[in-house]
Amino acid sequence: MNVDWANFTPWSALAGGLLIGLAAGGLLLFNGRIAGVSGILGGLLQPAQGETGWRLAFLAGLALAPLFYTLAAPLPPVEVDAGWLALIASGLLVGIGTRYGGGCTSGHGVCGMARGSKRALAATAAFMGAGFAVVYLLRRVLGSAA
Amino acid sequence: MNILFALWAGLLFGTGLILSGMTNPAKVLAFLDLAGAWDPSLGILMGGALLASMPAYAIARRRRRSLLGEPLRLPTATRIDRRLLAGSLVFGAGWGLAGYCPGPAVASILVGGVKPLLFFVAMVAGMGIYEFLQRREAQRATA
Repeated sequence: MNVDWANFTPWSALAGGLLIGLAAGGLLLFNGRIAGVSGILGGLLQPAQGETGWRLAFLAGLALAPLFYTLAAPLPPVEVDAGWLALIASGLLVGIGTRYGGGCTSGHGVCGMARGSKRALAATAAFMGAGFAVVYLLRRVLGSAA
Repeated sequence: MNILFALWAGLLFGTGLILSGMTNPAKVLAFLDLAGAWDPSLGILMGGALLASMPAYAIARRRRRSLLGEPLRLPTATRIDRRLLAGSLVFGAGWGLAGYCPGPAVASILVGGVKPLLFFVAMVAGMGIYEFLQRREAQRATA
């Protein structure tokens, strides 16, 4: 294993992680909800009384965060190597997969693991494993982005 | 009131994603690329997020209602079934394909240009396909 020290940003990653954890803890303690982005978004597609407002508010906060961020500092650079077709395929897989699996990086990876759920641990191992495998396949075997 | 807290949580969550650089798919993919120039930042982020959210989960376990009086809705499923694993594998494959997962995608729709928007639309379409299949299955079960 070869760590990319030049691009490794442990302090901002830790600070960002703490903020995310604080947000997840806050949503739980105040709203009684799991801060799982796929579940919050997907739940809008099965509308129910009292289930829409808080979901839209959380997602609005998430989408508006970069606009507030720019008041304090410039946004970090964004590089999207994936082409249109890959983005569409990827989006479909992420949408279907997170709903069948009942969570994504936030719901299983942060909230589920934080409450010591074995299901979340298994799910996180599965999506991380699949992510590692697909990147290895694309970059090291097929060499598309190497 | 709970709308305000949800908005605040979303803002804080998004700020954390931006600060850590995870709204950049290239940085996420650098974490997933174990065999290449590996960037462990995403792992540190998850560690920090776990550290900061664990106290809240420990408190919640001993309560029945949230501080705003809302019911505490914690998942009750405990079985590791095929649905959980297959769904997570499909999600992980999609994640590795472009470097977007739901959180960073939503945090990019207003500022990231066309590409994250395209991913977001496809993701919502994927969730819609899931809903459609679920409803059809439920109808079949009752028919």
